[in-house]
Amino acid sequence: MGGFYAAVVVRGFRRFATYRVATAAGVFTNTVFGLIISYSYIALWDQRPHLGGYTEAQALTYVWVGQGLLAAMAQMGGGFETEMMERINSGAIAVDLYRPADLQGWWLAADLGRAAFQLLGRGVVPIACGALVFDLALPASPLVWLLFAAAVALGTVVSFAIRFLVGLSAFWLLDGAGVVQMTWIVGLFFSGMLLPLNAFPGALGDIAQALPWSAMLQVPADVLLQRRHGADALLALAFEAGWAAVLLAAGRLLQGVATRRVVVHGG
Amino acid sequence: MTQSGEPMIAVEDVEKVFDVRRKAAGRLRRERHRVRAVDGLSFTVPRGEMVGYIGPNGAGKSTTIKMLTGILTPSGGRVLVAGIDPSRDRARLSRRIGVVFGQRTTLWWDLPLRDSYQLVRRMYRIEDARYARNLAACVELLDLGPLLDVPVRQLSLGQRMRGDIAAALLHDPEVLYLDEPTIGLDVVSKAKVRGFLRTVNAERGTTVLLTTHDLTDIETLCSRVMVIDHGRLMYDGGLDGLHAAGDSERTLVVDFARELPPVEVPGARWVRSEGPRQWLAFPAGDSAAPLVAALAARHPLVDLSVREPAIEDVIARMYGAA
Repeated sequence: MGGFYAAVVVRGFRRFATYRVATAAGVFTNTVFGLIISYSYIALWDQRPHLGGYTEAQALTYVWVGQGLLAAMAQMGGGFETEMMERINSGAIAVDLYRPADLQGWWLAADLGRAAFQLLGRGVVPIACGALVFDLALPASPLVWLLFAAAVALGTVVSFAIRFLVGLSAFWLLDGAGVVQMTWIVGLFFSGMLLPLNAFPGALGDIAQALPWSAMLQVPADVLLQRRHGADALLALAFEAGWAAVLLAAGRLLQGVATRRVVVHGG
Repeated sequence: MTQSGEPMIAVEDVEKVFDVRRKAAGRLRRERHRVRAVDGLSFTVPRGEMVGYIGPNGAGKSTTIKMLTGILTPSGGRVLVAGIDPSRDRARLSRRIGVVFGQRTTLWWDLPLRDSYQLVRRMYRIEDARYARNLAACVELLDLGPLLDVPVRQLSLGQRMRGDIAAALLHDPEVLYLDEPTIGLDVVSKAKVRGFLRTVNAERGTTVLLTTHDLTDIETLCSRVMVIDHGRLMYDGGLDGLHAAGDSERTLVVDFARELPPVEVPGARWVRSEGPRQWLAFPAGDSAAPLVAALAARHPLVDLSVREPAIEDVIARMYGAA
């Protein structure tokens, strides 16, 4: 069965690779936003040097890593969840259920394929642009890059697991658009996409860092910036893996409850 | 494996009850309604048979098919498909059945047809030789050759439907459920799909359960038809028997030599007149010969013809009676 899910990952990748114009437009958008946020951060760090413990170069690196991961983490849509919700609402999900493949495994594989493409197609170029325009604090050590890659991979699983729960909500809600938008806003805020979580004041910062969304940007960025290194970096990965396991288990549980409702939609 | 004597599909006193909560008008509390989608259904389908399963919308057809695939668990009674209890052992059953929903697709929208088939091959772990053989057969019979490398989103409805049917057959299912496989297709595509299904049934001995609103599908493919309404089986038998069961009538159209007042003949009922032509209805089971003889004895006839009842009318009458 492993071969099958691997094949789904590959198809998920190729599927998004077919939309070249959309990818180019996305790269352009990420780069423009990266520039805008960079200049805002420069102004901010000028007033408050070492905000959140970052130097200006580290803050700018954080901005571009954020832009590079935005699409891969499906922070503003583009993931599988809207498609899954459509299938639930139309009753087409029944087709997915009688096949000898697991619903969660199938969508996870497809979404990892998508994330891998978005990472390459929409992640690399903006970060390279950022590195050309600004002085970024990118590490030289291949080990750090390897840890960063692991942190990103675990982050995409956490991102999937949250969105799988969102997608399943369509079994109860006739229109899931509201939930999806709420997830975006909460995700953008608590992942640290708007402002690094370590710049959040007091308890809010501590809580935000403990929530699963931090796995989508704050944790990978801190691993790359070597704010978390050595044993602490491994602890960061364990934190992500823990949330991934909990959220995937929750999704599995909810899937069991939800599939008993199949018939309600689509007769 | 089922023994050859055992039926491929056995449904015994099956019930499916849904609790539907509905907001009562002007009240905050929601009321519970119990809906009996399937109510004491029993039938068997022997291996290799092709059966039509028809009924009006909401009759319980889809609910039955969902129970036969294991997606739904019956509230009562027993279901066995290929000797397997579908809701208990859905994964094992899924390798032995194929399902096509006319209005839904299993194909991967953004990728070529070939990619979806590759996924099916891995999902069902089909051996290479068997996969190649089955794909070649489907490609030939369904004219899929030029379509294999076209992304599914660019296919027409008829092409997509053919693609979906092929996807459901690559793993050699013993049972095939088809839910409205010809819906929305043009005449040529419908004929192609029907021809293919007939071949699959004849050559591979695949047991087929076909749900449709297009009675031509049934007339061209199935020797047996089951009619369901309000979750109960209203009729189970040959197509011919439907006429008798539905109290249907044949029509005798008579052209007299001149305009006449409505004629009265025993065994027939005057329906309408148009100049010298009159329409007389008589039970579908009776012979037209004595009727014609009686008419000819009384009035000079110019021409006559007998019209068979349309199967649509027969079934509409049956639905109406339930």
